[in-house]
Formats: sequence, C-alpha cells, structure tokens
Amino acid sequence: MNPKINTLKEIIEKLDLKVISEGSDLNRAVEYGCCCDLLSWVMAHGKKDAVWITVQAHINVVAVASLLELAGVILASGVTMEEKAIEKAREEGITILSSELDAFELAGRLYEMGIGMKS
Amino acid sequence: MLEEIKAFNNEPDNSPEGVLIRHVYSIEAEDFSSAGEVSRKIKNLLKQLGVDSELVRRAAIACYEAELNLVIHSWGGKLTFQVTPNLIQIITEDEGPGIPDIDLAMKEGYSTASELARELGFGAGMGLPNIKRCADTVIIQSKAGQGTKLIINFNI
Repeated sequence: MNPKINTLKEIIEKLDLKVISEGSDLNRAVEYGCCCDLLSWVMAHGKKDAVWITVQAHINVVAVASLLELAGVILASGVTMEEKAIEKAREEGITILSSELDAFELAGRLYEMGIGMKS
Repeated sequence: MLEEIKAFNNEPDNSPEGVLIRHVYSIEAEDFSSAGEVSRKIKNLLKQLGVDSELVRRAAIACYEAELNLVIHSWGGKLTFQVTPNLIQIITEDEGPGIPDIDLAMKEGYSTASELARELGFGAGMGLPNIKRCADTVIIQSKAGQGTKLIINFNI
C-alpha cells in the first residue's frame, strides 16, 4: 500500500463519522494522523494538516487544533464535547468529528486509507 | 531586581528599537476556558501583517505555550506582543511564584503543574522546551518568591 492523501469528506464517509462542527473546509486534504490525549505533546509534535484522534473534548482542544492548523479532530469512543467548545469550534472554523470506535481502531482505519503511511 | 537571567539559543535582544506595534494583554491564573484567546488574536495580527506562514505558526505555538504557562503556573500576569522592523517579540511577566531552578524547568518532562492542568492534558513539562524549539531566542528571568519574565524573540 502507498501513502495517500484523503480529504476530510472522504474520511467522514469511509469511517462513518458524525460531524459535530463542520469547520471551514471539508474538502481539506489530510496528510497525517496524530493519536494522543496529552495536549502538551500535540502542541510540541502535532503537524499541520493532521487529523487528531483524542478522547479529550474540552475547549482547549479547539485552541490547539486552531493554533496548529490541524485539518480536524476526531473524538474517539463516543466521547461528547461540551456545547461551549462546539460553539468555539464553529466560530473558528475547526472541524470536529466523532465516532463510537476507539482511538486504536480509528488510527488503524486511517492508516489503512494511506494517511500518514511511510512511503 | 530579578536574580537569575538565562539566555538560550542566539544572542539576546532585550530592548529593541523602533517598535511598530505593541499590544498588552492581561492573563488570569487558572482561566483555562480563555486560554488561547490571546494567541489567536496575535496569530491573526501576524497574518494581517503578511508575515511568512511558517513563522506565524511558530510564533503562535510559542505564544500559546507562554500563555498557558501564565494560566497554569503563575498567579496572573501580562503578555506583551510587539513588532519591530526585524523582530517579533512575545514577553510574559507574572506576579509569582517564580522559578527556583530554571535549568530544571527547561528540562523536558519536568513540571510542577496542578492536578487540574494535568487532567486537561497539560503539565507534561513540554512548554518551555517547545517555546525554545519554536523561537530564535528565549530569555528567562526569574526569582523564587517573586516573578518570572519570559522574552521570546523571532527574527523576521
């Protein structure tokens, strides 16, 4: 298998993700994946245009995604986000998605799609 | 007078001349719900100024880490953003409690963050090293029991 860049829209369809906040561009290309619940770690190592899988769902997740220019956030294991954070995400054009799948499975499925795969 | 002065990376430039823009923001201790607001404003200002996008990203990341440091560790303080023809500066000054050992604070993985900060996914001891990585120059002045001043410089 080869690395492949998918759009957020393709990821939403293939993984049957729920759209919590649509963000500014669902046709945005996703080049990398990041699976981490430590915001400090994501701040230090997160890449632009990555999709971030986490079970953290507070307002600071939106701030990190925005500042790092991440493509979007996927909340794993059916975690719900507080309304205030969702509002903030909409305001800042950040895509927030959610899934009943856990972080491990989500990461595996994204990798299978070619996201973040080493060539 | 602040006792400890440590400079990292290149030569420090503590008093730039010809400040074109200066904004000062107040940041409250433990105000996690507003953390990131100041950094967002500064990022937008830099974009409007037409600064290179990679530099905007580095400055925004360092600014957010500095802002979070005030929220997590200080008793409140202020963040100053200023631009000169060849320098972007982010300066934080707080009212305490100060850093007893700056070398230890710069070490990745060392943190004195509260339980609350850690529950939110912060306090992993990565803030100052991340600031150092993003910036061209970092200067820390601190004295235990007093305050901390952090000067972050980016060359334009």
